[in-house]
Amino acid sequence: MKKVILGDHAVSYGALLSRVQTIAAYPITPQTLIIERLSEMTANGESNAIFTKVESEHSAMASTVGSSASGARAFTATSSQGLALMHEMLHWAAGARLPIVMANVNRAMAPGWTIWTDQNDSLSARDTGWMQIYCQNNQEVLDSIILGYKVSEQVNLPTMVILDAFFLSHTAEGVDIPDIKEVDKFLPPYKPEIKMDINDPRSFGALTSPDVYMEFRYKMQESMDKAKEVITREGKEFGKMFGRKYGLVEEYRTEDADTILVASATVASTARAVIDEMREAGQKVGLLRIRVFRPFPTEEIVRVIGGKKKVIVIDRNISFGKTGIFFDEVKGAFYNYTGNKPPMFGYIAGLGGRDVTPKVIREIMDDAIKKDKPESEILWKGVKL
Amino acid sequence: MIEILIHGRGGQGAVKASLALASAASKAGKYVQSFPEFGVERRGAPVKAFTRISDEPIVVRSKIYDPDHVIVLDPTLLHTIDITKGLKDGGWIIINTEKSPDSFTEFKKRFKVATVNATKIAVDNRLGSKVAPIVNTAILGAIIRVLDVATKKELAEGIKEFVPIKAEANVKAANEAYDLVKFSEEA
Repeated sequence: MKKVILGDHAVSYGALLSRVQTIAAYPITPQTLIIERLSEMTANGESNAIFTKVESEHSAMASTVGSSASGARAFTATSSQGLALMHEMLHWAAGARLPIVMANVNRAMAPGWTIWTDQNDSLSARDTGWMQIYCQNNQEVLDSIILGYKVSEQVNLPTMVILDAFFLSHTAEGVDIPDIKEVDKFLPPYKPEIKMDINDPRSFGALTSPDVYMEFRYKMQESMDKAKEVITREGKEFGKMFGRKYGLVEEYRTEDADTILVASATVASTARAVIDEMREAGQKVGLLRIRVFRPFPTEEIVRVIGGKKKVIVIDRNISFGKTGIFFDEVKGAFYNYTGNKPPMFGYIAGLGGRDVTPKVIREIMDDAIKKDKPESEILWKGVKL
Repeated sequence: MIEILIHGRGGQGAVKASLALASAASKAGKYVQSFPEFGVERRGAPVKAFTRISDEPIVVRSKIYDPDHVIVLDPTLLHTIDITKGLKDGGWIIINTEKSPDSFTEFKKRFKVATVNATKIAVDNRLGSKVAPIVNTAILGAIIRVLDVATKKELAEGIKEFVPIKAEANVKAANEAYDLVKFSEEA
């Protein structure tokens, strides 16, 4: 059924269709609409989930960890300051190997106080052991919640499904809402190997001596590596069932391109219009969208942009004291590359929700194309000084 | 692709109008996008809502700066903000006013003007109060007639979806505006 819905509500539908069993959440703009709709769905009987109102995001994740550990398919959602507040529990969820799925609406961090989008909130959680999916439209948001459980429950790591504040969260567009019976065929009920069970008592999160701690971390990394295959396989399987295929990255007109733009989330979506416009003018440009940021798709990135003449990365984030974070990681992917490394231009744009319009992207492309190499590690776009 | 910018005041229902319009156009088989000005809305302050309607999937995800058409829910805005800012030549300006299109001679030099007394229609249908009528659904009838982006039936479904309270009265208001809107193709 096709329906015009907000990005936030695409999350709610994704959770509903995944038959989540517990939802513990705390409101924060621009995420609140997600849990408001889920609370309606649980109140009117559409969903059988237990909805718990908690007193903070730290408690939201703590409660979600508890219900997931006891064998439930658990869901929560947050944004920005809320994600920061639950940071301790993010490590707990991943370290306890719990297949939780959470939506995070990308909202810039305060101060200055803000409700608008950038990626510094979720990227600050980069090293917690969560998989991270950056979505470009509402359909992908809904589908990625379902896919998140499918993958997480195989690799025992949590998934963060990420959507831009307002540009997705509060934007309505047509979304195909699949039939729940079809989703059931794709996503069977969660059957944990190990769970908290009073009839089968075990220790969870006990003191872990230096003798064994490192092995747990090794196993997490091993699962992250395995997740690349699982994400790719399940993304294809999803495509067969629902007609929409998803991978670690998405290529657009890259094949014969000599210049590649690398972007994520809604900036990557808008960039497609710019690529089309430049192609019409005869310029050989293409787009690589990084959809999955953790696990990082090193091989796919090198395969697509290795040997190209120029690479342009747009970051809606910054690692203070370094560069844009996607830029840094894309560069890192090339350390062992033996072919000709393309010159890379790292632009920072759109922080705190500043609009990244087709015009902005076009100016970035034109700027990089006319230069042999970047004049500095960071190329700020549109900063008024 | 057509890009529509709706100007209103907080509380008049600009955002709901944009959503119902998008839903109606989606039912007419179009790809759509609808979103508010991303801010902190205050009752009575100028607000904007954006709608994109296209035959192709819509990939652009930024605000609308150069609209094809603009809608003005509150005639007092005409004196407060430049509603023609960025508006493409030949685009429609659809205004809630008791005046006729011909009285907007300045606008008619570059744009096309349509008018409808959505306030009266809203009051007659008891939508909102006399001092603060909710004019969003009435103007939708005028929009689909002038821009030809959906049928009355599709609009009725879109209104019921996004304005479920007093749905029947809202649909009736839209239909009245559809019939009463004054416009001519000459610029």
